Amino acid sequence: MKQNNLKSWYKSGAPGVWMSGGAVAIAIIMTLGLLMVIATRGLGHFWPADVIEADYQVPGQEARVMAGEITQIEEVPRARLAAAGMPVAEEGGEFMTRELLKVGNRELFGADFAWVIGEWLSNPRTPAELMVVERREWGNMYGYLVNVKENGQIVAEGEAAWTELQKRIERVDQLHAQLSRLEKKDIGRINHGIERIRLEGRKLELQGKLDAAAQAALDQRRAALDADYKVLEAQIVELYQQFNRDSMTVRVSDGRESDIVLGKVVRAFRPNAMGTFDKLGFYAMKLWEFVSDEPREANTEGGIFPAIFGTVLMVMLMAVIVTPFGVIAAVYLREYAHQGPLTRVIRIAVNNLAGVPSIVYGVFGLGFFVYVLGGSIDSLFFPESAPAPTFGTPGLMWASLTLAILTLPVVIVATEEGLARIPRAVREGSLALGATKAETLWKVVIPMASPAMMTGLILAVARAAGEVAPLMLVGVVKLAPSLPLNGNYPYLHLDQKIMHLGFHIYDVGFQSPNVEAARPLVYATALLLVIVIALLNLTAVYIRNHLREKYKALDH
Amino acid sequence: MQHETHTHGIDMAALGRDKQSLSLANETTAIEVPGLNLYYGEKQALFDVKMDIPRQRVTAFIGPSGCGKSTLLRTFNRMNDLVDGCRVEGEINIDGRNIYRKGEDVAELRRRVGMVFQKPNPFPKSIYENVVYGLRIQGINSKRVLDEAVEWALKSAALWDEVKDRLHDSALGLSGGQQQRLVIARTVAVQPEVLLLDEPCSALDPISTLKVEELIYELKSKYTIVIVTHNMQQAARVSDYTAFMYMGKLIEFGDTDTLFTNPAKKQTEDYITGRYG
Repeated sequence: MKQNNLKSWYKSGAPGVWMSGGAVAIAIIMTLGLLMVIATRGLGHFWPADVIEADYQVPGQEARVMAGEITQIEEVPRARLAAAGMPVAEEGGEFMTRELLKVGNRELFGADFAWVIGEWLSNPRTPAELMVVERREWGNMYGYLVNVKENGQIVAEGEAAWTELQKRIERVDQLHAQLSRLEKKDIGRINHGIERIRLEGRKLELQGKLDAAAQAALDQRRAALDADYKVLEAQIVELYQQFNRDSMTVRVSDGRESDIVLGKVVRAFRPNAMGTFDKLGFYAMKLWEFVSDEPREANTEGGIFPAIFGTVLMVMLMAVIVTPFGVIAAVYLREYAHQGPLTRVIRIAVNNLAGVPSIVYGVFGLGFFVYVLGGSIDSLFFPESAPAPTFGTPGLMWASLTLAILTLPVVIVATEEGLARIPRAVREGSLALGATKAETLWKVVIPMASPAMMTGLILAVARAAGEVAPLMLVGVVKLAPSLPLNGNYPYLHLDQKIMHLGFHIYDVGFQSPNVEAARPLVYATALLLVIVIALLNLTAVYIRNHLREKYKALDH
Repeated sequence: MQHETHTHGIDMAALGRDKQSLSLANETTAIEVPGLNLYYGEKQALFDVKMDIPRQRVTAFIGPSGCGKSTLLRTFNRMNDLVDGCRVEGEINIDGRNIYRKGEDVAELRRRVGMVFQKPNPFPKSIYENVVYGLRIQGINSKRVLDEAVEWALKSAALWDEVKDRLHDSALGLSGGQQQRLVIARTVAVQPEVLLLDEPCSALDPISTLKVEELIYELKSKYTIVIVTHNMQQAARVSDYTAFMYMGKLIEFGDTDTLFTNPAKKQTEDYITGRYG
């Protein structure tokens, strides 16, 4: 009887439903789990956590005061600590807590982080005056504000110093913005101009046309730029003096006092004195800084805007390249090519291309695009800049092209499927009106197949945006000096190297000098990469649905 | 073909037909088929078809499914070219010119010989753009010319009053009958000489069918019309001449009255009396 029941249950199809439902559930749980992990680990980083101060008494040593943020707590077997030569007591629980304290003040302590044994910490407190200073170099500083100085003269002390400090940091911020505008934009423009004059001169020289008049003209232009530069340089020197005018004295946890120039300070805040709303505001500001600013300190601080920009620009260029190629190839394969064994072989080959490991495409891109194509372009069009390569070196264009061939099969397959679905009746209707095959394709078939092409493009974008391995070979770098799209002629710099979110994750996580400090950034960047890809996809999906509505096929 | 069993002895007068005495001998020829064989790969689909289709008359092709009537129709604008492995032997002369000769401009031929299909196949564009499609293909882009053509063609297809206020709405929003008349409007907009109708009413309801039939009657004065139909009553109602085909052969071709009331061949009589089909 029982067996019968089982059998009928099996026959009813319920196990199949349960199994497929379970598979869907697992997929959803894994996706959500992934997002949760990277979101909590990444986003927590920007929260201004309380800074604790405590007495630390290692048995047999003098007690000292430590201050910092607790970033990690773990349980460690007592025996292992003892084996490591730490003076742990014989008695006690099997496990001891160990805390990772971010103590900052790298120039004083030698390291940003310190492991401490929980048992030896006593009297933990969160003094409101304990201050966190974010600096342009050397990482964070934790300590008490002693005084604020202007040109070495103390202008404020005690509690008054805090408001004075905030005012002066604001001033320094404005100066910093001015300075970076001058250095990046204005000096960048002059440098760009001088380089172009040099290349023009070299070009004329190579063509044998560099006579005295031309040389004089070039010299005159160069002199004009040089004069501009002199003016700017003077401004910058002046600004730097202003910038470094103020300083403050900070007393760190072990009692040492340290002077720090305010020009090096990004911001100073007292997390222990902040209310929840203050902290939320601070959090929002830090998040905004993360997505809109440039990186500092070997990518471990600041923002990742250049990487976002590079990723999006590269993917868009890729889309612009791959769509026409893929569509034309698919149209030929489906509409014009004789459907024989050769076409079938080509179709199989195209499908298999989608399975080639991406690093192989990177190698191909480097070997063919960069060295062969880029080298030829250089020797044909840019002989004046030799021996420095222009296109004969990894860059934005080659990265986009490599991704384009990587995603080409996806676009071809999706487009072909779309073309195959257009009803024969519609094509015949067009042909019967005296349209040629090409006119029918352009005016009726391709518009109707455009949603399928967009589907292909969506898949291509999803794949391209997540690709890192080939890009390391063909144009992505750790730190690019300027955005590939800027105000200097020719505005879009296809030859420039770019930053990329995927590579940034790898670089920050594994190549950074300060791995502990950078780890939360790995998660935050990963989350951002997911969001960028999702946004790119949603845009494409929106366009596709719009097209679908417009070219809704006949219901037969 | 159960529903066609009572076709024999249709009362022509009751159908409202005003039939003067018609005779093929008195007509001028629009499409001359001196002898046509057609193959799909190895299989022969048309066997030595000989017929002269009269100008500005409605000619109906009837016959059981698979008899080759649609295939024959599609040879007149070379739509069969699109079928892989289709081969035509012989010639078809339209206006005294063989459309199967080398160097024939097929697109131009199809403009002159328009075709309406079994299922309405409007393009997923606006009503207006559907009608001017053929004109735009010819490179006509003047708004004035196109506007006039749209009004004229939609009036010819008896659709103007129903759609004149929504010319820029999607054609896919029209009903099946309206779509089919739109397709006819689209076809007459390029001013063809011949209209080929391939079972134009088979996907339509009776009222739409009636409208299309009335339209065919209207259009007869301007165009040579060839219609393929499964419905013998329809053939009797709309056509001046009828051709009966069976198994790829043209069995009988003559004026509709005679063919339905007094068929010359036994096979024709068997078919129209519903003995097979």
